[in-house]
Amino acid sequence: MRVNFTVNGRQQEADDVWEGESLLYVLRERMGLPGSKNACEQGECGSCTVRLDGVPVCACLVAAGQVEGREVVTVEGLADYAKHREDAHPGGGCASGACGTTLDAAKRWQSRPTDGQTGEAVELAPIQQAFIDAGAVQCGFCTPGLLVAADELLENTPSPSDQDIREALSGNLCRCTGYEKILDAVRLAAARQGEAAQS
Amino acid sequence: MDFLRPASWEEALAAKAEHPTAVPIAGGTDVMVEINFDHRRPEYLLDLNRIGELSEWEVGQESVRLGASVPYSSIMEHLRAELPGLALASHTVASPQIRNRGGVGGNLGTASPAGDAHPALLAADCEVEAESVRGTRLIPIDAFYTGVKRNALEPDELIRAVHIRKADGPQQYSKVGTRNAMVIAVCAFGIALHPETRTVRTGIGSAAPTPIRAKEAEEFLNAALEEGGFWENGKIITPAIAQQFAALASGACNPIDDVRGTARYRRHAVGIMARRTLGWTWEQYRGVGRTLEGAA
Repeated sequence: MRVNFTVNGRQQEADDVWEGESLLYVLRERMGLPGSKNACEQGECGSCTVRLDGVPVCACLVAAGQVEGREVVTVEGLADYAKHREDAHPGGGCASGACGTTLDAAKRWQSRPTDGQTGEAVELAPIQQAFIDAGAVQCGFCTPGLLVAADELLENTPSPSDQDIREALSGNLCRCTGYEKILDAVRLAAARQGEAAQS
Repeated sequence: MDFLRPASWEEALAAKAEHPTAVPIAGGTDVMVEINFDHRRPEYLLDLNRIGELSEWEVGQESVRLGASVPYSSIMEHLRAELPGLALASHTVASPQIRNRGGVGGNLGTASPAGDAHPALLAADCEVEAESVRGTRLIPIDAFYTGVKRNALEPDELIRAVHIRKADGPQQYSKVGTRNAMVIAVCAFGIALHPETRTVRTGIGSAAPTPIRAKEAEEFLNAALEEGGFWENGKIITPAIAQQFAALASGACNPIDDVRGTARYRRHAVGIMARRTLGWTWEQYRGVGRTLEGAA
Protein backbone atom coordinates (compact mmCIF):
# COMPACT_ATOMS: atom_id res chain seq x y z
CA MET A 1 0.00 0.00 0.00
CA ARG A 2 0.97 3.62 -0.31
CA VAL A 3 1.31 5.91 2.70
CA ASN A 4 1.31 9.70 2.48
CA PHE A 5 2.48 11.56 5.53
CA THR A 6 4.57 14.46 6.70
CA VAL A 7 8.12 13.80 7.82
CA ASN A 8 9.98 16.67 9.45
CA GLY A 9 7.53 19.16 8.03
CA ARG A 10 7.64 17.98 4.42
CA GLN A 11 5.08 15.87 2.61
CA GLN A 12 6.41 12.39 1.80
CA GLU A 13 5.12 9.31 0.11
CA ALA A 14 6.11 5.72 0.81
CA ASP A 15 5.26 3.07 -1.77
CA ASP A 16 4.90 -0.72 -1.59
CA VAL A 17 4.53 -0.60 2.17
CA TRP A 18 3.59 -3.96 3.65
CA GLU A 19 0.40 -3.70 5.70
CA GLY A 20 2.01 -5.01 8.88
CA GLU A 21 5.03 -2.75 8.59
CA SER A 22 5.94 -0.35 11.36
CA LEU A 23 6.50 3.37 11.02
CA LEU A 24 10.06 2.70 12.15
CA TYR A 25 10.70 0.39 9.19
CA VAL A 26 9.25 2.95 6.77
CA LEU A 27 11.45 5.70 8.19
CA ARG A 28 14.64 3.67 8.18
CA GLU A 29 14.31 1.45 5.13
CA ARG A 30 12.04 3.41 2.80
CA MET A 31 12.79 7.04 3.65
CA GLY A 32 16.48 6.45 4.32
CA LEU A 33 16.32 8.01 7.77
CA PRO A 34 18.20 5.65 10.09
CA GLY A 35 18.40 8.14 12.97
CA SER A 36 15.53 6.44 14.77
CA LYS A 37 17.13 3.26 16.04
CA ASN A 38 15.76 -0.23 15.83
CA ALA A 39 16.44 -2.23 18.96
CA CYS A 40 13.74 -4.02 20.93
CA GLU A 41 10.79 -3.70 18.52
CA GLN A 42 8.42 -3.98 21.47
CA GLY A 43 8.32 -0.50 22.94
CA GLU A 44 10.66 -1.31 25.81
CA CYS A 45 13.72 0.72 24.90
CA GLY A 46 12.58 4.03 23.39
CA SER A 47 15.42 4.08 20.83
CA CYS A 48 12.90 4.66 18.04
CA THR A 49 11.09 7.55 19.73
CA VAL A 50 9.64 10.06 17.26
CA ARG A 51 6.94 12.71 17.52
CA LEU A 52 3.61 11.70 15.99
CA ASP A 53 1.39 14.78 15.72
CA GLY A 54 3.65 16.29 18.36
CA VAL A 55 3.37 13.38 20.79
CA PRO A 56 6.38 11.16 21.59
CA VAL A 57 5.71 7.57 20.56
CA CYS A 58 7.69 4.43 19.78
CA ALA A 59 7.84 4.29 15.99
CA CYS A 60 8.13 0.49 16.15
CA LEU A 61 4.61 0.24 17.59
CA VAL A 62 2.87 2.48 15.08
CA ALA A 63 1.58 0.65 12.02
CA ALA A 64 2.69 2.43 8.86
CA GLY A 65 -0.90 2.74 7.66
CA GLN A 66 -1.81 4.60 10.83
CA VAL A 67 0.37 7.60 9.94
CA GLU A 68 -1.53 8.38 6.74
CA GLY A 69 -2.05 12.15 6.70
CA ARG A 70 -0.23 12.66 9.98
CA GLU A 71 2.93 14.46 11.04
CA VAL A 72 6.14 12.79 12.14
CA VAL A 73 9.27 14.49 13.45
CA THR A 74 12.43 12.38 13.62
CA VAL A 75 15.78 13.12 15.21
CA GLU A 76 17.09 14.19 11.80
CA GLY A 77 14.63 17.06 11.82
CA LEU A 78 15.06 17.91 15.47
CA ALA A 79 17.52 20.78 15.00
CA ASP A 80 15.29 22.49 12.45
CA TYR A 81 12.21 21.71 14.50
CA ALA A 82 13.73 23.27 17.63
CA LYS A 83 15.05 26.30 15.75
CA HIS A 84 11.79 26.86 14.01
CA ARG A 85 9.90 26.52 17.29
CA GLU A 86 12.08 29.22 18.77
CA ASP A 87 11.90 31.57 15.79
CA ALA A 88 8.38 31.22 14.51
CA HIS A 89 6.31 29.49 17.12
CA PRO A 90 7.73 30.46 20.49
CA GLY A 91 6.39 28.23 23.19
CA GLY A 92 5.14 25.53 20.83
CA GLY A 93 6.02 23.28 17.96
CA CYS A 94 5.37 23.60 14.27
CA ALA A 95 2.71 21.47 12.74
CA SER A 96 2.34 22.94 9.28
CA GLY A 97 3.86 21.39 6.20
CA ALA A 98 5.33 24.72 5.19
CA CYS A 99 8.26 24.48 7.55
CA GLY A 100 10.66 21.65 8.08
CA THR A 101 13.57 19.67 6.69
CA THR A 102 13.77 18.16 3.22
CA LEU A 103 14.24 14.43 3.03
CA ASP A 104 17.53 14.96 1.30
CA ALA A 105 18.80 17.30 3.98
CA ALA A 106 17.58 14.93 6.66
CA LYS A 107 19.41 12.02 5.04
CA ARG A 108 22.63 13.99 4.94
CA TRP A 109 22.22 15.37 8.46
CA GLN A 110 25.10 14.55 10.78
CA SER A 111 25.73 15.80 14.22
CA ARG A 112 28.82 17.92 14.25
CA PRO A 113 29.52 19.90 17.37
CA THR A 114 29.91 23.62 17.05
CA ASP A 115 33.47 23.55 18.35
CA GLY A 116 34.38 23.79 14.70
CA GLN A 117 36.96 21.00 14.60
CA THR A 118 35.77 19.94 11.20
CA GLY A 119 35.31 23.46 9.97
CA GLU A 120 31.81 22.75 8.77
CA ALA A 121 29.74 23.20 11.84
CA VAL A 122 26.12 22.23 11.59
CA GLU A 123 23.62 23.85 13.83
CA LEU A 124 22.35 21.59 16.59
CA ALA A 125 19.19 21.70 18.63
CA PRO A 126 19.91 23.03 22.12
CA ILE A 127 19.28 19.58 23.57
CA GLN A 128 21.79 18.04 21.15
CA GLN A 129 24.44 20.59 22.08
CA ALA A 130 23.72 19.97 25.76
CA PHE A 131 24.19 16.20 25.32
CA ILE A 132 27.61 16.84 23.80
CA ASP A 133 28.63 19.42 26.39
CA ALA A 134 27.55 17.21 29.29
CA GLY A 135 29.23 14.10 27.88
CA ALA A 136 25.90 12.32 27.73
CA VAL A 137 26.73 10.34 24.61
CA GLN A 138 28.69 7.12 24.83
CA CYS A 139 27.96 4.52 22.17
CA GLY A 140 25.18 6.77 20.92
CA PHE A 141 22.57 4.16 20.15
CA CYS A 142 20.03 5.38 22.69
CA THR A 143 20.82 9.03 22.01
CA PRO A 144 18.33 9.80 19.20
CA GLY A 145 15.38 8.52 21.21
CA LEU A 146 16.52 10.36 24.30
CA LEU A 147 16.95 13.58 22.33
CA VAL A 148 13.43 13.45 20.93
CA ALA A 149 11.94 12.61 24.34
CA ALA A 150 13.99 15.26 26.16
CA ASP A 151 13.24 17.95 23.57
CA GLU A 152 9.51 17.33 24.01
CA LEU A 153 9.88 17.56 27.77
CA LEU A 154 11.58 20.96 27.50
CA GLU A 155 8.96 22.15 25.03
CA ASN A 156 6.13 21.49 27.45
CA THR A 157 7.91 21.79 30.80
CA PRO A 158 10.45 24.61 30.58
CA SER A 159 11.80 24.15 34.12
CA PRO A 160 11.51 20.45 34.80
CA SER A 161 12.24 19.01 38.23
CA ASP A 162 14.54 15.99 38.46
CA GLN A 163 11.43 13.90 38.92
CA ASP A 164 9.95 15.33 35.70
CA ILE A 165 13.14 14.49 33.81
CA ARG A 166 13.32 10.96 35.17
CA GLU A 167 9.72 10.32 34.31
CA ALA A 168 9.97 11.81 30.81
CA LEU A 169 12.99 9.64 30.05
CA SER A 170 11.73 6.52 31.83
CA GLY A 171 10.86 4.87 28.52
CA ASN A 172 14.38 5.25 27.12
CA LEU A 173 17.02 2.70 27.99
CA CYS A 174 20.78 3.33 27.90
CA ARG A 175 22.90 0.22 28.37
CA CYS A 176 26.34 1.81 28.28
CA THR A 177 26.41 3.55 31.57
CA GLY A 178 24.42 5.29 34.22
CA TYR A 179 21.95 7.97 33.37
CA GLU A 180 23.62 10.72 35.37
CA LYS A 181 25.21 12.53 32.43
CA ILE A 182 22.01 12.24 30.46
CA LEU A 183 20.16 13.88 33.35
CA ASP A 184 22.92 16.50 33.51
CA ALA A 185 22.43 17.23 29.82
CA VAL A 186 18.71 17.82 30.22
CA ARG A 187 19.31 20.04 33.25
CA LEU A 188 21.88 21.97 31.24
CA ALA A 189 19.54 22.45 28.29
CA ALA A 190 16.75 23.54 30.64
CA ALA A 191 19.04 26.05 32.35
CA ARG A 192 20.20 27.47 29.01
CA GLN A 193 16.64 27.66 27.81
CA GLY A 194 15.73 29.54 30.99
CA GLU A 195 18.60 31.98 30.51
CA ALA A 196 17.65 32.57 26.90
CA ALA A 197 14.07 33.26 27.89
CA GLN A 198 15.16 35.85 30.43
CA SER A 199 17.56 37.73 28.21
CA MET B 1 -2.59 -8.92 5.04
CA ASP B 2 -5.09 -6.17 4.42
CA PHE B 3 -5.11 -2.83 6.17
CA LEU B 4 -8.65 -1.57 6.75
CA ARG B 5 -8.95 2.12 7.46
CA PRO B 6 -12.53 3.00 8.38
CA ALA B 7 -13.16 6.73 8.57
CA SER B 8 -16.13 6.41 10.91
CA TRP B 9 -17.42 4.15 13.67
CA GLU B 10 -20.21 2.86 11.41
CA GLU B 11 -17.64 1.91 8.78
CA ALA B 12 -15.56 0.17 11.43
CA LEU B 13 -18.55 -1.90 12.59
CA ALA B 14 -19.38 -2.80 8.99
CA ALA B 15 -15.77 -3.85 8.36
CA LYS B 16 -15.72 -5.99 11.53
CA ALA B 17 -19.01 -7.61 10.50
CA GLU B 18 -17.64 -8.40 7.06
CA HIS B 19 -14.27 -9.59 8.39
CA PRO B 20 -14.79 -11.00 11.91
CA THR B 21 -11.15 -12.16 12.01
CA ALA B 22 -9.92 -8.57 11.59
CA VAL B 23 -7.68 -7.51 14.45
CA PRO B 24 -8.49 -4.02 15.71
CA ILE B 25 -5.46 -1.79 16.17
CA ALA B 26 -5.55 1.52 18.05
CA GLY B 27 -2.43 2.31 20.08
CA GLY B 28 -0.72 -0.75 18.63
CA THR B 29 1.24 -1.37 21.81
CA ASP B 30 0.09 -5.02 21.94
CA VAL B 31 -0.71 -5.79 18.31
CA MET B 32 2.47 -4.37 16.77
CA VAL B 33 4.68 -6.32 19.17
CA GLU B 34 3.06 -9.54 18.00
CA ILE B 35 3.47 -8.56 14.36
CA ASN B 36 7.06 -7.36 14.79
CA PHE B 37 7.97 -10.69 16.39
CA ASP B 38 6.04 -12.69 13.82
CA HIS B 39 3.83 -14.19 16.51
CA ARG B 40 0.75 -13.15 14.64
CA ARG B 41 -0.11 -12.53 11.01
CA PRO B 42 -3.69 -11.34 11.00
CA GLU B 43 -5.52 -11.45 7.72
CA TYR B 44 -6.88 -7.97 8.35
CA LEU B 45 -5.74 -5.10 10.50
CA LEU B 46 -8.57 -2.75 11.41
CA ASP B 47 -7.13 0.68 12.18
CA LEU B 48 -9.26 2.67 14.63
CA ASN B 49 -7.05 5.78 14.79
CA ARG B 50 -9.16 7.77 12.38
CA ILE B 51 -12.27 7.46 14.53
CA GLY B 52 -12.02 10.57 16.66
CA GLU B 53 -14.85 9.80 19.08
CA LEU B 54 -12.97 6.78 20.42
CA SER B 55 -10.47 9.21 21.96
CA GLU B 56 -13.14 11.29 23.69
CA TRP B 57 -14.79 10.95 27.08
CA GLU B 58 -17.94 12.29 28.69
CA VAL B 59 -18.31 12.89 32.39
CA GLY B 60 -21.90 12.13 33.35
CA GLN B 61 -23.86 12.22 36.59
CA GLU B 62 -23.06 8.68 37.68
CA SER B 63 -20.29 7.52 35.41
CA VAL B 64 -17.61 8.47 32.93
CA ARG B 65 -18.05 7.18 29.41
CA LEU B 66 -14.44 6.65 28.48
CA GLY B 67 -13.75 6.15 24.77
CA ALA B 68 -11.85 2.94 24.06
CA SER B 69 -8.81 4.77 22.65
CA VAL B 70 -8.44 7.56 25.20
CA PRO B 71 -4.71 7.29 25.91
CA TYR B 72 -3.53 6.59 29.43
CA SER B 73 -1.72 9.93 29.46
CA SER B 74 -5.08 11.73 29.04
CA ILE B 75 -6.68 9.69 31.83
CA MET B 76 -3.81 10.67 34.12
CA GLU B 77 -4.09 14.31 33.16
CA HIS B 78 -7.84 14.88 32.95
CA LEU B 79 -9.72 12.23 34.92
CA ARG B 80 -7.84 12.01 38.18
CA ALA B 81 -10.75 13.33 40.24
CA GLU B 82 -13.46 11.18 38.62
CA LEU B 83 -11.41 8.01 38.17
CA PRO B 84 -8.61 8.17 40.74
CA GLY B 85 -7.91 4.43 40.77
CA LEU B 86 -7.69 4.21 37.01
CA ALA B 87 -5.55 7.36 36.87
CA LEU B 88 -3.11 5.77 39.32
CA ALA B 89 -3.11 2.54 37.34
CA SER B 90 -2.55 4.50 34.11
CA HIS B 91 0.52 6.09 35.62
CA THR B 92 2.07 2.66 36.13
CA VAL B 93 1.65 1.70 32.47
CA ALA B 94 5.04 1.25 30.80
CA SER B 95 6.47 4.64 29.77
CA PRO B 96 5.32 8.04 28.47
CA GLN B 97 5.67 6.83 24.87
CA ILE B 98 3.39 3.86 25.55
CA ARG B 99 0.92 5.86 27.65
CA ASN B 100 0.57 8.31 24.76
CA ARG B 101 -0.70 5.51 22.52
CA GLY B 102 -2.29 2.80 24.65
CA GLY B 103 -5.77 2.96 26.14
CA VAL B 104 -8.27 0.97 28.16
CA GLY B 105 -9.98 -0.51 25.08
CA GLY B 106 -6.75 -2.26 24.19
CA ASN B 107 -6.27 -3.60 27.70
CA LEU B 108 -9.81 -5.00 27.60
CA GLY B 109 -9.44 -6.37 24.08
CA THR B 110 -6.20 -8.15 24.94
CA ALA B 111 -7.64 -9.20 28.32
CA SER B 112 -4.26 -10.21 29.67
CA PRO B 113 -4.39 -10.93 33.40
CA ALA B 114 -1.46 -8.50 33.68
CA GLY B 115 -3.21 -5.53 32.05
CA ASP B 116 -2.71 -2.57 34.38
CA ALA B 117 -6.21 -1.12 34.01
CA HIS B 118 -8.13 -4.23 35.06
CA PRO B 119 -7.82 -4.09 38.87
CA ALA B 120 -8.86 -0.43 38.84
CA LEU B 121 -11.83 -1.14 36.54
CA LEU B 122 -12.97 -4.04 38.73
CA ALA B 123 -12.69 -1.98 41.90
CA ALA B 124 -14.46 1.08 40.52
CA ASP B 125 -17.14 -1.01 38.79
CA CYS B 126 -17.86 -0.49 35.13
CA GLU B 127 -19.59 -1.78 32.03
CA VAL B 128 -17.96 -2.35 28.67
CA GLU B 129 -19.90 -0.87 25.76
CA ALA B 130 -19.58 -3.42 22.97
CA GLU B 131 -21.09 -2.68 19.61
CA SER B 132 -21.66 -4.50 16.34
CA VAL B 133 -23.89 -3.92 13.34
CA ARG B 134 -26.44 -5.96 15.31
CA GLY B 135 -26.57 -3.42 18.09
CA THR B 136 -25.02 -2.22 21.34
CA ARG B 137 -24.76 -4.04 24.65
CA LEU B 138 -23.24 -3.21 28.00
CA ILE B 139 -21.17 -6.03 29.47
CA PRO B 140 -20.68 -5.84 33.26
CA ILE B 141 -16.96 -5.95 34.02
CA ASP B 142 -17.54 -8.96 36.30
CA ALA B 143 -18.71 -10.93 33.25
CA PHE B 144 -16.15 -9.60 30.79
CA TYR B 145 -13.02 -11.66 31.47
CA THR B 146 -13.70 -15.25 30.46
CA GLY B 147 -10.23 -16.86 30.42
CA VAL B 148 -6.55 -16.21 29.87
CA LYS B 149 -6.54 -13.47 27.23
CA ARG B 150 -10.20 -14.18 26.50
CA ASN B 151 -13.15 -11.88 26.88
CA ALA B 152 -16.89 -11.83 26.33
CA LEU B 153 -16.76 -10.04 22.97
CA GLU B 154 -18.41 -11.65 19.96
CA PRO B 155 -16.28 -11.88 16.80
CA ASP B 156 -18.19 -9.04 15.13
CA GLU B 157 -18.07 -6.72 18.14
CA LEU B 158 -15.79 -3.79 18.86
CA ILE B 159 -15.29 -1.98 22.15
CA ARG B 160 -16.72 1.52 21.80
CA ALA B 161 -16.26 2.78 25.35
CA VAL B 162 -16.20 1.85 29.03
CA HIS B 163 -18.79 3.26 31.41
CA ILE B 164 -16.90 3.61 34.67
CA ARG B 165 -18.68 4.53 37.87
CA LYS B 166 -17.41 7.88 39.14
CA ALA B 167 -15.53 7.67 42.41
CA ASP B 168 -17.70 8.33 45.46
CA GLY B 169 -14.80 7.68 47.81
CA PRO B 170 -11.06 7.13 47.90
CA GLN B 171 -9.44 4.65 45.53
CA GLN B 172 -5.94 3.24 45.44
CA TYR B 173 -3.83 1.10 43.19
CA SER B 174 -0.65 -0.80 43.87
CA LYS B 175 1.61 -2.79 41.58
CA VAL B 176 4.66 -4.94 42.19
CA GLY B 177 7.50 -4.88 39.67
CA THR B 178 11.25 -4.60 39.48
CA ARG B 179 11.22 -0.89 38.68
CA ASN B 180 8.73 1.92 38.34
CA ALA B 181 8.71 2.17 34.55
CA MET B 182 8.45 -0.39 31.78
CA VAL B 183 7.26 -3.17 34.00
CA ILE B 184 4.70 -5.88 33.43
CA ALA B 185 3.03 -6.39 36.79
CA VAL B 186 4.26 -9.27 38.91
CA CYS B 187 0.92 -8.67 40.56
CA ALA B 188 -1.31 -5.69 41.19
CA PHE B 189 -4.15 -4.67 43.48
CA GLY B 190 -6.86 -2.05 43.19
CA ILE B 191 -9.30 -0.96 45.86
CA ALA B 192 -12.24 1.46 45.85
CA LEU B 193 -14.26 2.58 48.83
CA HIS B 194 -17.88 3.29 47.98
CA PRO B 195 -19.24 5.23 50.97
CA GLU B 196 -22.60 5.82 49.26
CA THR B 197 -23.37 2.12 49.28
CA ARG B 198 -21.04 1.38 52.19
CA THR B 199 -19.19 -1.19 50.20
CA VAL B 200 -15.60 -1.84 49.24
CA ARG B 201 -14.62 -3.32 45.90
CA THR B 202 -11.29 -4.79 44.86
CA GLY B 203 -9.41 -5.95 41.81
CA ILE B 204 -6.42 -8.27 41.50
CA GLY B 205 -4.10 -8.41 38.50
CA SER B 206 -1.56 -11.04 37.41
CA ALA B 207 -2.47 -13.48 40.15
CA ALA B 208 -5.08 -15.65 38.46
CA PRO B 209 -5.94 -16.72 34.89
CA THR B 210 -8.03 -13.55 34.57
CA PRO B 211 -8.25 -10.29 36.48
CA ILE B 212 -10.46 -11.04 39.48
CA ARG B 213 -12.12 -9.47 42.47
CA ALA B 214 -11.34 -10.67 45.97
CA LYS B 215 -15.02 -11.26 46.68
CA GLU B 216 -14.70 -13.05 50.00
CA ALA B 217 -12.38 -10.34 51.25
CA GLU B 218 -14.90 -7.70 50.15
CA GLU B 219 -17.79 -9.47 51.87
CA PHE B 220 -15.83 -9.90 55.06
CA LEU B 221 -14.74 -6.26 55.08
CA ASN B 222 -18.20 -4.91 54.24
CA ALA B 223 -19.68 -6.86 57.14
CA ALA B 224 -16.89 -5.91 59.54
CA LEU B 225 -17.12 -2.21 58.67
CA GLU B 226 -20.89 -2.27 59.07
CA GLU B 227 -20.77 -4.15 62.34
CA GLY B 228 -18.20 -1.84 63.87
CA GLY B 229 -19.97 1.31 62.62
CA PHE B 230 -16.75 2.34 60.92
CA TRP B 231 -18.42 4.23 58.07
CA GLU B 232 -20.07 6.57 60.62
CA ASN B 233 -17.48 6.81 63.37
CA GLY B 234 -14.52 6.98 60.97
CA LYS B 235 -12.32 5.09 63.40
CA ILE B 236 -9.12 3.38 62.39
CA ILE B 237 -9.77 -0.11 61.07
CA THR B 238 -8.46 -2.57 63.64
CA PRO B 239 -5.35 -4.57 62.70
CA ALA B 240 -7.30 -7.81 63.07
CA ILE B 241 -9.81 -6.73 60.41
CA ALA B 242 -7.06 -5.50 58.08
CA GLN B 243 -5.16 -8.75 58.51
CA GLN B 244 -8.16 -10.90 57.80
CA PHE B 245 -8.96 -8.79 54.74
CA ALA B 246 -5.38 -9.27 53.53
CA ALA B 247 -5.49 -13.02 54.14
CA LEU B 248 -8.74 -13.38 52.21
CA ALA B 249 -7.40 -11.26 49.33
CA SER B 250 -4.35 -13.48 49.24
CA GLY B 251 -6.59 -16.53 49.29
CA ALA B 252 -8.53 -15.25 46.29
CA CYS B 253 -5.44 -15.59 44.11
CA ASN B 254 -4.86 -18.54 41.85
CA PRO B 255 -1.43 -17.63 40.51
CA ILE B 256 1.26 -19.50 38.62
CA ASP B 257 5.05 -19.55 38.80
CA ASP B 258 6.56 -17.73 35.86
CA VAL B 259 9.58 -15.63 34.91
CA ARG B 260 8.23 -12.61 36.75
CA GLY B 261 7.58 -14.29 40.08
CA THR B 262 6.45 -17.39 41.91
CA ALA B 263 2.88 -18.20 42.84
CA ARG B 264 3.83 -18.09 46.50
CA TYR B 265 5.34 -14.64 46.18
CA ARG B 266 2.30 -13.34 44.31
CA ARG B 267 -0.08 -14.59 47.00
CA HIS B 268 2.07 -12.98 49.65
CA ALA B 269 2.42 -9.68 47.81
CA VAL B 270 -1.29 -9.40 47.07
CA GLY B 271 -2.00 -9.74 50.79
CA ILE B 272 0.49 -6.99 51.58
CA MET B 273 -0.91 -4.69 48.91
CA ALA B 274 -4.48 -5.35 50.10
CA ARG B 275 -3.60 -4.36 53.65
CA ARG B 276 -1.64 -1.28 52.60
CA THR B 277 -4.11 0.05 50.07
CA LEU B 278 -6.95 -0.47 52.55
CA GLY B 279 -4.97 1.59 55.04
CA TRP B 280 -4.30 4.36 52.53
CA THR B 281 -7.87 4.64 51.33
CA TRP B 282 -9.29 4.46 54.83
CA GLU B 283 -6.97 7.25 55.97
CA GLN B 284 -8.19 9.31 53.03
CA TYR B 285 -11.80 8.53 53.96
CA ARG B 286 -11.25 9.55 57.56
CA GLY B 287 -9.29 12.63 56.57
CA VAL B 288 -10.94 16.01 56.67
CA GLY B 289 -10.56 16.80 53.01
CA ARG B 290 -11.64 13.34 51.91
CA THR B 291 -9.51 13.96 48.88
CA LEU B 292 -10.51 11.90 45.90
CA GLU B 293 -7.40 12.63 43.89
CA GLY B 294 -4.78 9.95 43.48
CA ALA B 295 -1.48 10.43 45.21
CA ALA B 296 0.92 9.53 42.42
